[in-house]
Amino acid sequence: MQNWVKEIVVDSKFENVRTLTEFVESSLEPLNPSPKAIMQIGVAIDELFSNVVRYSGSANMKLILNVNADVLTAKLTFIDEGVEYDPLKKTDPDVTLAAEDREIGGLGIFLVKKIMDGVEYKRDGQKNILTVVKKLG
Amino acid sequence: MKIEKNVDGSNTSFALEGRLDTMTAPLLESEIQGKLDGVTALEFDFAKLSYISSAGLRVLLSAQKIMNKQGKMTIKNVCDEIKEIFEVTGFSDILTVV
Repeated sequence: MQNWVKEIVVDSKFENVRTLTEFVESSLEPLNPSPKAIMQIGVAIDELFSNVVRYSGSANMKLILNVNADVLTAKLTFIDEGVEYDPLKKTDPDVTLAAEDREIGGLGIFLVKKIMDGVEYKRDGQKNILTVVKKLG
Repeated sequence: MKIEKNVDGSNTSFALEGRLDTMTAPLLESEIQGKLDGVTALEFDFAKLSYISSAGLRVLLSAQKIMNKQGKMTIKNVCDEIKEIFEVTGFSDILTVV
């Protein structure tokens, strides 16, 4: 099988989380990814795109989907032109606390770190570039 | 997402269908906030829920905090994928999955 790249640009509006998820799911479908991998990629899209909508101030966001078909791995690159923000710098929440003591902040990015096989951030000029890698098997 | 609510005396149950995410979590939040007065048993049925993100976890946490004061809360028919989300976030220690 071939390696390939697809990309999509959407306005920074919450409802476009659906557009992005459908784009990625339908693009990956021919590779027969595991339902778990697809669900976890969906969660990553939800967390990362909603962060862009909430905090970046960017009018839109580009998602680049790279697939390495030989090792069945997807790389998703989220690019926005908003304020510089590295979510990986956020302190991980204490997941051992009781319900009453729990703070919910930072849970989304923590979840992404846990369920993806790799997460990276870099600032390039005016761009926030966040990349996640996930094995599809 | 579809939310089906059943009230039987002081027992309330919600059957959720679809995705509990950024888009839909506010719907469930509005069904819970200020609407659990007198409820002593709250149950969620996740049989048809395929997906949960941190926005959904946030709503479950606020429901759990309310029910810790006034009764019990349980979640049934949780699929393995969602169970894993509960586990990595430590929510499996907070929530009662039956």
